[in-house]
Amino acid sequence: MSDKNLENTNTEYKPVHTNKVGGSPFKGVTGWIDNRLPIFRMFKYEYLDFQVPKNLSYLWSLGGILMICLIFLIVTGLVLGMHYKPSSSEAFESVEKIMRDVNFGWLIRYMHMNFASFFFIAVYIHIFRGLYYGSYKEPRQLMWLIGIVIFFLMMATAFLGYTLPWGQMSYWGATVITNLFSAVPFVGESIVTWLWGDYAVGDATLNRFYVLHWLIAFGILGIVIFHVIALHIVGSNNPSGIEPKDTRDTVSFAPFTTSKDLFAMLIFLFAFVIITMYAPNYLGHPDNYIPADPLVTPAHIVPEWYFLPFYAILRSIPDKLMGVIAMVSSIAILGLLPWLDLSKIRSSVFRPIWKQFVFLFVLDFFILMYVGGMPAEGIYLLIGRVGTAYWFLFFLIIAPLVSLIEKPLPMPNSIHEFEQWKKLGKIKTFKLF
Amino acid sequence: MFLRKLILSIFLLSFFTNESFSAEKQEKLLTQAWSFNGFFGKFDRASLQRGYQVYAEVCASCHSMNLLSYRNLSEVGGPSFSEEEVKAIASKVEVLDGPNDSGEMFKRRGKPSDKFASPFLNEKAARAANGGAYPPDMSVLVKARAGGADYIYSVLMGYEDKPPKNIKLEDGVYYNKYMSGNKIKMAKPLNKDSVNYSDGTLATEEQLAKDVTTFLTWASEPHLEARKRLGFKTVIYLLILTVLVYLLKKKIWSRIEPKV
Repeated sequence: MSDKNLENTNTEYKPVHTNKVGGSPFKGVTGWIDNRLPIFRMFKYEYLDFQVPKNLSYLWSLGGILMICLIFLIVTGLVLGMHYKPSSSEAFESVEKIMRDVNFGWLIRYMHMNFASFFFIAVYIHIFRGLYYGSYKEPRQLMWLIGIVIFFLMMATAFLGYTLPWGQMSYWGATVITNLFSAVPFVGESIVTWLWGDYAVGDATLNRFYVLHWLIAFGILGIVIFHVIALHIVGSNNPSGIEPKDTRDTVSFAPFTTSKDLFAMLIFLFAFVIITMYAPNYLGHPDNYIPADPLVTPAHIVPEWYFLPFYAILRSIPDKLMGVIAMVSSIAILGLLPWLDLSKIRSSVFRPIWKQFVFLFVLDFFILMYVGGMPAEGIYLLIGRVGTAYWFLFFLIIAPLVSLIEKPLPMPNSIHEFEQWKKLGKIKTFKLF
Repeated sequence: MFLRKLILSIFLLSFFTNESFSAEKQEKLLTQAWSFNGFFGKFDRASLQRGYQVYAEVCASCHSMNLLSYRNLSEVGGPSFSEEEVKAIASKVEVLDGPNDSGEMFKRRGKPSDKFASPFLNEKAARAANGGAYPPDMSVLVKARAGGADYIYSVLMGYEDKPPKNIKLEDGVYYNKYMSGNKIKMAKPLNKDSVNYSDGTLATEEQLAKDVTTFLTWASEPHLEARKRLGFKTVIYLLILTVLVYLLKKKIWSRIEPKV
């Protein structure tokens, strides 16, 4: 080092703080830790004092319910992973061993299976909530986008997980879905071989699907954290779509929201327990209890129920490549909604025309779900095509058009006024319960 | 409002039409009031034991049950044979074991820990002996068929000597009302007195079919009784907890909504 640097005394020095120790609202050991690692104050600010609109309906409980589903899935999956063998010759039998010989293995596996289904039930209601109350609009666009990423990852994880028991539907579902990549021009076949790690779905495929099923599951957990951080920055939307202005509009997260969410969770768990304990295979397909056989194709290859609407969209396009593009974009298009729906008003309560189209969209979802489970021929194909057309029209044409021509209903100025209007019968709201 | 009702009904419909996934037109299955159905379902022990006898004396000559061991027959929630009985059952089969210390395979009497003996060495042998058809393994058969126990019972009862005139049967193929495609390569397996029940129950065709279906249902779902018992406890627990949490929630919210 040269002496010149040391002699240079003309520089102005700015004070630096390399440590930020202090500032904790707690005392004692908690304060000591919190001064050095601010987890306690974060919990206090974000979960105890956090202000939430006071008029949230039970539709807002789905977020917490989804979190519970994810945690249960990870915990039960962890236990299953201790007994499962990802090998094409042992997978089916190892699952049956879990069902028969592992203590409470049947419970763990049925819970894992059905939590996957209930995860999707909850996420579909959650997405509907966002759609109906305009939770995708300024300033929540990024949170909406993160949510769509989570949904994609959920679908990937569910698909990979369904392969693992190595039953007939596992095998043939994996074959059909991975074969979709062959539609990519020029490199399609190479991609498929690369995905399989072989020239057919087999041992190598199952092994990597097992690894990826774990990896993506934890990926979801990571991105969910982003989703929640974003929520704590932009705050919850509410049935009125009006931002809270003062303490007349809000309650603190604990104990108000927590007690309400807990009640909703128990109702949800009740439905879950009824299915899991009394009809555990109801949401699955019987063919998956037949061990995978590459030489025997099932009469109808159908995906899990939660994929059916998108499966219907895939099959309603005669061209394979276009079908795949349509299927992927039918979900991705949700991400454009914040910029396609130009209306500044969030809640459909004040949007009489848009509201009808949203309900029609929900109807379309169920029609496509029904069509997806039927053979792709005759009347089903036609219904599927009409349903697919509406799906895309809803986003690309109806959303911008309605937002331009619709005359919104008169709106209150604040959430507490909204509540008064509701009591006076001036507003009709959508009620789940 | 109309739209909302429509959506709700379609939603419910889409759940109740699960069976429509197997789109072929099917004869309506014969339904039975199974003792293992319902919230408090339990297997009929005597029926399970008789069902095992039917399996062992009739089905086992073609169908394997690879996932079951003889020890399962004495487990709680199953046929509940005594351990002595299971030992006796297992010792009737010969099992190839080894290699022993001198490196040779040897035959020995079966033990309760052995898997059910398979009728054929491999699938090829099974096909060769059954006119090209492979008798499926019966371990999870009830769960692997839409309709479950009712389907198995219906197929067993669905044989007709004279098929409808429009159906032509090749050699070694039989007409069955409930089988998909109405053709089956298994000859009518159960006839009156196919099995001599040791407990004196009249071995009518219905009784045989009922017993063996009960046995197969247990084989597919050996922990069914434990599941339903635990399910009931969980439901009661959740009901109480839910009521308590609801009251708690009401109390908490009464701080800001005194009259709601």
